[in-house]
Amino acid sequence: MSPPDGIDLTRPQFVGAKVLRREDPRLLAGQGNYVADIKRHGMLHIAFRRSDHAHALIKSLDVSEARALEGVVAVYTGADIARLANPYQATSRMKNYQATFIPPLALDKVRYVGEAVVAIVANSRYVAEDALARVDIDYEALRVLVDPEDALKPDAPKLHDDLGSNILAAREFSRGEVDEAFAAAAQTAGGRFHFTRTTPVTIEARASVAEYDKGARTLTLHCTTQIPGIVRDKLSEIFDLPGPRIRVIAPDVGGGFGGKTSLYSEEIVACAIARDLGKPVKWVSDRMEDLMTTGNAFDEIVDAEIAVDAEGKILAVKADVIGDVGAYSIYPWTATIEPVQVVSFLPGPYRIDNYAARVRAVATNKTLTGAYRGVGRPISVFVMDRLLDMAARKIGMDPAEIRRRNLVNDDEFPYKAASGLVWDKSAFQACLRQAADGIGYDDLRREQETARAEGRWVGIGVACYAELTGVGSRIAVAPGMPINTGTETCNVAIDSTGAVTASFGLASQGQGMETTLHEKILRVAGHLFEAAVEDIETGDGKVWVKGTDTSMTIRDLARALYSDMGRVPKEMRDEIDNLEATKVYDPFFGTTTSASHMCLIEIDPETYKVEIKRYIVVEDCGRVINPLIADGQAHGGVAQGIGVALMEEVVHDETGQILTASLVDYVVPSAVEIPSIDVVHVEAELPNTVGGFRGLGEGGTIGAPACIANAISDALSPLGIEIMEIPATPERLFRLIEAAGAR
Amino acid sequence: MTAKISITVSVNGENHAAEVEPRLLLADFLRENLDLTGTHVGCEHGICGACTVLMNGDSVRSCLTFAVQADGTKIETVESLGDIDALGPLQEAFREKHALQCGFCTPGMLMTATDMLRKYRLETDDDIRDGLSGNICRCTGYQNIVAAVRSAADKRDAK
Repeated sequence: MSPPDGIDLTRPQFVGAKVLRREDPRLLAGQGNYVADIKRHGMLHIAFRRSDHAHALIKSLDVSEARALEGVVAVYTGADIARLANPYQATSRMKNYQATFIPPLALDKVRYVGEAVVAIVANSRYVAEDALARVDIDYEALRVLVDPEDALKPDAPKLHDDLGSNILAAREFSRGEVDEAFAAAAQTAGGRFHFTRTTPVTIEARASVAEYDKGARTLTLHCTTQIPGIVRDKLSEIFDLPGPRIRVIAPDVGGGFGGKTSLYSEEIVACAIARDLGKPVKWVSDRMEDLMTTGNAFDEIVDAEIAVDAEGKILAVKADVIGDVGAYSIYPWTATIEPVQVVSFLPGPYRIDNYAARVRAVATNKTLTGAYRGVGRPISVFVMDRLLDMAARKIGMDPAEIRRRNLVNDDEFPYKAASGLVWDKSAFQACLRQAADGIGYDDLRREQETARAEGRWVGIGVACYAELTGVGSRIAVAPGMPINTGTETCNVAIDSTGAVTASFGLASQGQGMETTLHEKILRVAGHLFEAAVEDIETGDGKVWVKGTDTSMTIRDLARALYSDMGRVPKEMRDEIDNLEATKVYDPFFGTTTSASHMCLIEIDPETYKVEIKRYIVVEDCGRVINPLIADGQAHGGVAQGIGVALMEEVVHDETGQILTASLVDYVVPSAVEIPSIDVVHVEAELPNTVGGFRGLGEGGTIGAPACIANAISDALSPLGIEIMEIPATPERLFRLIEAAGAR
Repeated sequence: MTAKISITVSVNGENHAAEVEPRLLLADFLRENLDLTGTHVGCEHGICGACTVLMNGDSVRSCLTFAVQADGTKIETVESLGDIDALGPLQEAFREKHALQCGFCTPGMLMTATDMLRKYRLETDDDIRDGLSGNICRCTGYQNIVAAVRSAADKRDAK
């Protein structure tokens, strides 16, 4: 017998094919199951009274009026929750790191606008919200720290009395002789860069449904999380419950982008209340709550300089980063995740021998920052690629050319970047070359000259980056986080009905665990067929003896082992145990994904709006698993990067109030601001990972802000304008151009 | 609290009579009272468009509409477009073009696009982008949504 027609026995069969998604029919038919869709008999609803002060002491708290409202079942304060949940913090073994306790409901002090203070439980969300206005809180305002440089001053009030200062983390990197390199430079360039604060804005806001079974003593939390395992483990500590008595279920989740990779106060409060009342409780964030509380992104000031020789070779780079991390150090990533990544990725895919960088993560009276698509790297690339363009302009070199001269070449891998990160191998140069070819770089330069002669502001942007993807357990070691990132477990089992159940962790991809299970099947089949194991072949749900008509289905084989006693001797059944195999994959270091982005923009001289006319991404993400999904990830990533570059900014006033607490004020891109994006995959030399796969998904957001900022600077270079701060909103551009005296 | 008000609404061809608080949002009426959870609530202030439904054939934000305003009207929600085993043509186009990732904005996108496809020629992709500009998608970068609506428009015109 030969393999059935159309079955390719060289696995994996679907890699590289445009496979339509299994989840789509239910999502398209309105039959998805998101947390907000979950209902339980007798379910109660939670609403939070949140702080309207950025920094204040809670002098008194009166919830009696709220409790008296018809339909209100219970009211919880910070002190109540503290009795039900153990305190927790995000620890790290990193030197010079200070963890903060994060009370799920504020205790004696509030530290940012939107911090939850009181939880009202009622029989409907409408009634719970009615009761919010009946909570009476007396605050004593404290000096508000909005500016991280202000928070660094010796006279600044401390956000956390138990800590020595507001600096939650500090780190320095250095390699080579930076001062000597700067002294020998043909040109230097640099200045103060500001990458403002943004927020993820998943269209599904966060939500939790918690249930506690008092008889079985089990806690179940359905929540909008990207990290159910990490949440489960922490809840076990917080509630003194062994892991098997807690289930954390992430059903259909409406977007994450990193914003849902942290443990949130509302999740803990919902669990505490469900356990206390013995009733299912639900909380669904409204958009204002989401904009006030979901882990914010970025927010760094970077003073940076580059030194180059006359040929455009990078001699040295130095950077001093202040990361405004908000009021607490977020769990599990800590306050280090965003700012420390800025300095560790700043050297990027470039050959840099001399590098010195310092970073400080500073607590302020703002929402916590956490992980958001790209984490730190969008700023690294923004700063590094802006520096390269500024230097290129000074020595009269083309931006693409200065990159070609400094990108690590294929024969230099593995390359240890100046911050210590190791690039295993990736098609840095090929991505740049193919991006230039794809967008028609030389033609665009000629078109730009013509446009400039007509007085138009047309610019071409280039940005290159490298990122670590598919990261394994080694990566959590450097920041000293007590969580294991990136490892994956897969279990495949065949039961007595012949059904196959494959269980994965978060990502579902082939783990090479077929071998063990395959051997078990061969042994059972060999016995049943009275044939040598070497002569057994498998495929398409069947087993057969090579070159004969003797075959059976896996279902029959499973029955013979599990149910039809006597067909497989007891000794063999004991030895084989079951048709099941489990494999854990730890990619350890991970591997390097890289890309080059190029774009063409034009600035409207009337409205100062930036129009993106062309955009290309050429990326090396290893072997592409599903091109449909890979391209979709690039489109979506670039769209978010465009938002970051041109529109999105969380704005606080001097009292710490959030001025962007609605989607009218916090503007995310719509279909008319996002261009069609060309995506090209370079499947160059594959990495030594399972399947030769690299990660992707964050890349679009990493490259786009730098690419667009470079294009705008290129367009405005006749006016001597360099974009040092994003988003480059029409107002900012107007002010820059006014200041340049152009109009 | 104000007295409840009697309403009768036709939803996806079926008449529903209910007593509702005047402040009850149409989105909550559909999701909570009728269990039609395909309509999603993304912002509750009329920006994101996830809650878009059709009222008497016009797209409306069900988060900015009270259930009492829907009294006597015909409402169409995403559940009317097809079901899991028999997706409608627009849903098929979305699947084919990978026009959804997390799926949360998708019901609103589908209802807005349904409205557009019924009323407008959609000659250029810019027309499609303009029509979709009141619906935010955070995952796809819109490119594949535009392609899906284009594909559905082409099929419509071929008939």
